[in-house]
Amino acid sequence: MSSTVNLLVTTSPFLKDRANTAWIMWQVTLSLVPVALLAAWYFGLGVLLIIAVTIAGAALPEWLQARMQAKPPVVSPLRDGSAVLTGLLLALTLPPGIPLWMAFLGGLVAVLIGKTVFGGIGANAFNPALVGRAFLQAAFPATLTTWRPAGGLSDLTTIPATLFSVPFLRSGVDGVTAATPLSQMKFGGELPEWIDLAKGAVPGSTGETGAILILLCGLYLVTRGILKWRIPVAIICTVWLAGTGLHALDPSYADGWFHLSAGGLMLGAWYMATDPVTSPMTQAGCWVFGVLIGLLVVVIRVFGGLPEGVMYAILFLNACTPLINRVTQPRTFGTRFKPGFTR
Amino acid sequence: MSWASARTFRHGVHPGDFKELTRNLPVERVAFPDVLTLPLSQHLGAPSVPVVSPGDCVRRGQLIADSGGYVSSRLHAPCSGTVRSVGPAHHASGKLVDAITIDRDRASAQKLQAMRPGDWRTQSREEIVAQVAAGGFVGLGGAAFPTHVKLTPPEGKHARFFIVNAAECEPYLNSDYRILLERTDAVIEGIKVLLKALGSEKAFVGTEDNKADAATLLRERLPPDLPVEVLVFETKYPQGAEKMLIDAVLHREVPAGRLPIDAHVVVNNVGTVAGIGNMYLRGEPLIERVVTVTGPGIRDPRNLLVPVGTSLQHVIDHCGGIHPETRQILFGGPMMGQAQRFLDVPVMKGTSGILFLTDQEVVERQEYACIKCLRCVDACPVYLNPSRLGALAKSRLYEDMLDHHIMNCMECASCSFVCPSNIPLVQRFRVAKGLLKEQAARERAREVAT
Ligand code: SF4
Ligand code: SF4
Repeated sequence: MSSTVNLLVTTSPFLKDRANTAWIMWQVTLSLVPVALLAAWYFGLGVLLIIAVTIAGAALPEWLQARMQAKPPVVSPLRDGSAVLTGLLLALTLPPGIPLWMAFLGGLVAVLIGKTVFGGIGANAFNPALVGRAFLQAAFPATLTTWRPAGGLSDLTTIPATLFSVPFLRSGVDGVTAATPLSQMKFGGELPEWIDLAKGAVPGSTGETGAILILLCGLYLVTRGILKWRIPVAIICTVWLAGTGLHALDPSYADGWFHLSAGGLMLGAWYMATDPVTSPMTQAGCWVFGVLIGLLVVVIRVFGGLPEGVMYAILFLNACTPLINRVTQPRTFGTRFKPGFTR
Repeated sequence: MSWASARTFRHGVHPGDFKELTRNLPVERVAFPDVLTLPLSQHLGAPSVPVVSPGDCVRRGQLIADSGGYVSSRLHAPCSGTVRSVGPAHHASGKLVDAITIDRDRASAQKLQAMRPGDWRTQSREEIVAQVAAGGFVGLGGAAFPTHVKLTPPEGKHARFFIVNAAECEPYLNSDYRILLERTDAVIEGIKVLLKALGSEKAFVGTEDNKADAATLLRERLPPDLPVEVLVFETKYPQGAEKMLIDAVLHREVPAGRLPIDAHVVVNNVGTVAGIGNMYLRGEPLIERVVTVTGPGIRDPRNLLVPVGTSLQHVIDHCGGIHPETRQILFGGPMMGQAQRFLDVPVMKGTSGILFLTDQEVVERQEYACIKCLRCVDACPVYLNPSRLGALAKSRLYEDMLDHHIMNCMECASCSFVCPSNIPLVQRFRVAKGLLKEQAARERAREVAT
């Protein structure tokens, strides 16, 4: 007797969590929208242009790859949203006056060198957005360290002319430059109040200012069960402890709160270091990873030659991830015994 | 007791529970089917050996197949009638398995030919265990391990604690919950019997906080002098896995690769406990069980008392038929159940639920690359690294999986449930474990031969 209904026979589980890769990527992307809007508020609508262009640059390799493959994939790699996320993240680390062509190139390099050459999503060793950022920093060091003071409503619609400069021509206007709080710390100068830092009304990369907002966006993702939450927790605790400790030893060093709210720390901790692919695959490994990033950030900022160390700290630890994985494999259930236990 | 509700095991997942469909429906008896099919293998261990032949008349409750070994179980006729045949029939595993087919005697009043188990209060531990074996009891939670084997700890081991598993962590299912509510007396009688049979100093009843009302009822009814504690845990999958339940109740880990008795514990499903209580109260062997029939694909979800051997088709007819969009029929819950291909497969002793899923519930199977999101690691209740294991399984590096403790995987499917890339993790682990076990058996055989 065979059935009259056409039954599908598969194996369990027959229930799945709603989260799939695309959902996760889009959730992370959406959670960054407030950060992008705040950046536009402080630095003008030009920021949105930078974001759009960088995303376009990041999406291009994925799109081309799907088009050029002999057998196109069932689902375009663009659908999973990771390229868009990479582009957005990269844009948020760029200075607000960056020429658009550079931003585009950065996005392109981020995905092409940071991901595609490794074999696509899941196979890359380094955070693609930071690869893009590191490339730009190496190629155009002057531009990447030209900052503008944060503005407000009055210059919301002024788009800096530097944005439209053409490749290989020096743009005449160099805009107004301002020192970031971290370079003030490094190279002398008045430190801003940390509360201004936390709100983000200071010179800096488009999305790196506004520590409180980034913190809230990150917490939203944690409630959704998306982030590897141990990493930002470890980074933040370590940076605060190290900063506060140094400050206690010698008050001429900036304190923990300053370190937490300045520069790319929050964006790095919540959005860059937590990139699933390039961070450890074990729970203990995530703690180790976070603590080491935190230490490295403070060391670079305080003792190193650069004002900011978040990017290098994360890239360096990305390289250490396989090693961390290897030494932090979890013990399996049933290998810890209590006294009085017959084995 | 409030602190107890915070207790649970580590990791695990929170699938939606979907229990409302049948949560408040009292258990009702299905009409006896005209034909019953009783596979000789409906438990773990050796198949039963028939003691009847085609043409024999059997009465409801009469022994029809004896144990085929120590780890085996007896079968009794779930209704009076005539043995039609002994031969291959469809089995829930998808294979053809020898089964006894009985044509119901339509004129019979289906009166039970009761066992005479005697009074457990005056019986020795061995006598009680013999009675449990005589009643054909197996674990009713799904694995169907013969109960009398569990009740006989190996030499030198002793069950200090006895745990009644009423966690029912599988979504959709309510049979344990209804048993707790409706057969409280049988549950309590069974606890008394098993406390004596095991010589345990204390019993625990472990359940989840979505069944808190049943726990309260049980606490009220328990005689004060009985050393039993009812514990309510967080609703989390797989709370009902033996090792997880023991961890939650006693905070001890069963050693990897060992049995609960190695942690001085025996765990029994609440349905089994109620069945044993019922045998001593009413002389009924294991011939019928509570089955939750539920899911979006069936017209009238129910909690049913079903004679073992009743066909799936008969249950469907009783529940008003299936919706046209029904695409999958499962024996068991959605996390560990088995998809069925044929409608003539019989309900067995281990069938705790029948779940009907429509096209909408069928899960996506398009597989993407692992994004190393850690979700599977966070989910695995035995602290494995499913992502790594999955990669090894995909490249068929089965031997290397041993180093990553694959044999400790209990196939709970939590990892596959959370994986955002739809990687068939547990599906691959089952294959790997099967092959590794076969290989180990072959090696043992070769050693014996030389
Ligand atoms: S849940 Fe899936 S995608 Fe995430 S780490 Fe595990 S196997 Fe990889
Ligand atoms: S199926 Fe195995 S590996 Fe996956 S979560 Fe369960 S025990 Fe862990």
